[in-house]
Amino acid sequence: MQLLMKGNEALAEGALRAGCRCFFGYPITPQTEVAAYMAKHMQRRGGVYLQAESELAAINMVLGASSAGVRAMTSSSSPGISLKTEAISYMAGSDLPGVIVNVQRAGPGLGGIQASQADYWQATRAPGHGDLRLFVLAPASAQEMFDLIGDAFDLSDLYRMPAMILADGVLGQMMEPVELGKRATKKLPAKDWALTGTRHKRPHNVINSLYLDPAELERKVTERFARYEKAAKTEQRAEEYFVDDAELVLVAYGASARVARTAVDEARAKGRRTGLIRPVTLWPFPADSLRRAAKTARAFIAVEMSMGQMVDDVRLAIECARPVGLLSRTGGIIPSPEEVLEAIERHFEGCGGKPRRVGNA
Amino acid sequence: MKMLYERPRALLDVPFHYCPGCTHGIVHRLVAECLDELGLTGRTLGVASVGCSVLSYDYFACDMVQAPHGRAPAVATGLKRARPDCVVFTYQGDGDLAAIGTAETVHAAARGENITVIFINNAIYGMTGGQMAPTTLPGQVTQTTPEGRQVSTAGNPIRVCELLSSVEGAAYVERVSADSAAQIPKVKRAIRKAFETQLAGRGFSIVEVLSSCPTNWNKKPSEALKWIRKHMISYYPLGVYRDAKAAPKPENADKKEGSQ
Repeated sequence: MQLLMKGNEALAEGALRAGCRCFFGYPITPQTEVAAYMAKHMQRRGGVYLQAESELAAINMVLGASSAGVRAMTSSSSPGISLKTEAISYMAGSDLPGVIVNVQRAGPGLGGIQASQADYWQATRAPGHGDLRLFVLAPASAQEMFDLIGDAFDLSDLYRMPAMILADGVLGQMMEPVELGKRATKKLPAKDWALTGTRHKRPHNVINSLYLDPAELERKVTERFARYEKAAKTEQRAEEYFVDDAELVLVAYGASARVARTAVDEARAKGRRTGLIRPVTLWPFPADSLRRAAKTARAFIAVEMSMGQMVDDVRLAIECARPVGLLSRTGGIIPSPEEVLEAIERHFEGCGGKPRRVGNA
Repeated sequence: MKMLYERPRALLDVPFHYCPGCTHGIVHRLVAECLDELGLTGRTLGVASVGCSVLSYDYFACDMVQAPHGRAPAVATGLKRARPDCVVFTYQGDGDLAAIGTAETVHAAARGENITVIFINNAIYGMTGGQMAPTTLPGQVTQTTPEGRQVSTAGNPIRVCELLSSVEGAAYVERVSADSAAQIPKVKRAIRKAFETQLAGRGFSIVEVLSSCPTNWNKKPSEALKWIRKHMISYYPLGVYRDAKAAPKPENADKKEGSQ
């Protein structure tokens, strides 16, 4: 069944269909439709919708419901996510699943309410204190808002790690047709660690992130990082668009990837061999895809709605083997395809106006 | 041979880490006795908070989760909403509950969240070494009020039960004191009443226990108990502050299990 839906609503519907049974929210623009949709639909589908008194409370309610072995989530926008980082760290330190949605707006501070991608560092580098990682998935359409939230729950349960959907105000607010397909059910490990009451049949379960013995804590974190490493190897996802013969590869996720894709089409129409890598997972970053492209492409340009944050990961992935440029707008400004095309043209003009032949040419 | 006194089954056979003379151990035991007597341990979920009682997850035999500082009522809300068939309690100190977690406390009460809060008020931050707490008395000397708490600059202590007495969703609110053998049965009765309130689906229940911290009060255990009687009870009067006998709200009664 296909429906015309706002991205935020598609995400909420996707979560319900993925078995999310507890939603804890707090109003903030531009994610509010997620909460509104949940308020309307969650209870009649047998789940719990609750508006918390704060972002802090909302994420801690997720911590509680996840501890009880139930699929739970919260959604917010940038300033609200900053408040959630405390409990995200506790969840990571307690090996708890749970999904956090960030429909990004501009920062820092109260910033603005227009779409932004300036929380990339927060999501991928420091989503809380301590040594930890989160899955970070980046949808680029209303359809992916619907699809990826289910993947986030699966990954989160499979690896016992919190997962974040890093969307933005454009994706949250715009309407697109969404195919409400059935999800393939993934075989996931039983949640035998969950708090369900011992019923006097097993020793008590304890969910905890405190380890007063440094050696024990180091061992625990090291074990967790082995899991992260496995995830980093096997869960990378990216969409490649005309990358095979591209001399210049744009790298962009979310809303800016849509702009970049238009620019790639226009550049191709002018004979500029340009491609696009669109990371779908921001953590793990699709470094393999970037490394492959670096074998044939001459240069990369990151297109971002921030002062340039993901560009760090592009450089790290290819170990600076190729020049990496940046086309960025911030403050809630979306780069136009013309701006991106100009950046593409500047690159090719810098090469004497002619696309350089690479690979088999 | 008749057994007169033994470890409650709701407490694990683990030595407490608490300082000599600390009342945490007594209150732990009373909570455990209530769980035993009401037959709840197998379906109880406990929430440990941050502070001296953080390790309570190692002591109670029921399933336990450790919450971020002040957030125990929010974590308990998530647990209870996800598993309404379980009994959920938090065990929190004064810094956790009445300073960093004030919002979580008041709003869990306002929602009539069907959970039980055991609140240890010893007028000090114990684990960090004796700093001023939200319940530190005027004039009380702590590490961060070396001249005694001056309300003109450090503010006034918070009376939690009085505060919650005006909150509609709070079903049972009582303050008791662990200062003497004569008081201990009253503490236990209050804790039992709080759990019974939850079992009846009446909403939020809280028992504030005036407690001692000989280590950080710099007093002998017996002097510390005297100090509760002499100074704390006059500022924090004992008694039942709220006891709503209302029938369970239909939405509480109708809740379905939120499991997958």
